[in-house]
Amino acid sequence: MINLIWVALFLIGMGYAAVNGTMDDVNKVLFSSASDAVQICFGLVSILIFWLGLMKIAEKSGLLDKLSNLFKPVMKRIFPEVPPDHPAMGYILSNTIANMFGLGNAATPMGIKAMEELKKLSGGKATPSRSMITLLALNTSGLTLVPTTVIAIRMQSGAHSPTDIVGPTLLATLCTTAAALLIDRYFYHRRRRKK
Amino acid sequence: MSLITTFSTWLVPCLIAVVLLYGTLKKVPSYDAFVEGGKEGFSLAISVMPFLVGMLVAISVFRASGAMDALIHFIRPLMSAIGMPSQVLPLALMRPLSGTGALGLMTDLVKTYGPDSFVGRLASVMQGSTDTTFYVVTVYFGAVGIHRIGDALKVGLLADLVGVISAVCIVTWAFG
Repeated sequence: MINLIWVALFLIGMGYAAVNGTMDDVNKVLFSSASDAVQICFGLVSILIFWLGLMKIAEKSGLLDKLSNLFKPVMKRIFPEVPPDHPAMGYILSNTIANMFGLGNAATPMGIKAMEELKKLSGGKATPSRSMITLLALNTSGLTLVPTTVIAIRMQSGAHSPTDIVGPTLLATLCTTAAALLIDRYFYHRRRRKK
Repeated sequence: MSLITTFSTWLVPCLIAVVLLYGTLKKVPSYDAFVEGGKEGFSLAISVMPFLVGMLVAISVFRASGAMDALIHFIRPLMSAIGMPSQVLPLALMRPLSGTGALGLMTDLVKTYGPDSFVGRLASVMQGSTDTTFYVVTVYFGAVGIHRIGDALKVGLLADLVGVISAVCIVTWAFG
């Protein structure tokens, strides 16, 4: 499906540009966005090195295990296929916690690490396992307690109370996360029935 | 307000301090462990690169051609029918595609309509309550070499839709 979407984005864009005379803009953005993407990746290098290094200390000292023990009852229900003592659980948890506190740059390395562990669990297949899709759903729904960037922008634009959206945002993100987990369950059962 | 900003600035340093203190207490050679773990960082970031370049270029072409605006124009009547102000529609569509793009749109809405207006608040909540689905799928699956996406994108996009609808409902209920 991703192949189809990817090609469609290009072809629809180019077709539209051909009809509406925006081919100039398409040309410009074609290569500038490629270099943007590389910039983003290089931005990731420093963050990944720092947080993965720090996480290694947390892993070796057993801090990660302690953390996952604390939330084991909930996580066991969300990720039934991951053994509770598996290192993947610790990484999934740190990823979720980092997301909750709006530490996007810490969440990504831990999420990737969790994906690696989950891939080992599934025997290194090129197709995502059930737990991988669940982890992705958890991340795309963006469970955040404090939306720091949004608050900063509201402060800059002179809001009376920049944080008055924290409560509604929390409610909305809870709805989205709950929905993501439910939709994920639905698709999982649909896949199983097909087999 | 100051409490939350203080909390945010203290959070990361405190987190680092806890990890370092606990590691030292448990007699982990902290610096060696840090270097060992950090080594993976570079190769991981590089392995994500082709995925991100491919996805970002495609999304940019779609946006720059004006096809994105046309799509917005097309579904605008539909959205206003469910009580969603048409000004936030571009943001709702941009949110899953591009994080920086959505942040730009949200900033623009907050500045244009005012942070305390209905549109400004709705934009803030929408920005804060979901994440960039395409980016997350690309980076997380790209890094570990998953090429078939399975149901992941469908789950993410459907959740985004729920996110937009719940943002509209909740903001209407809280500030309406």
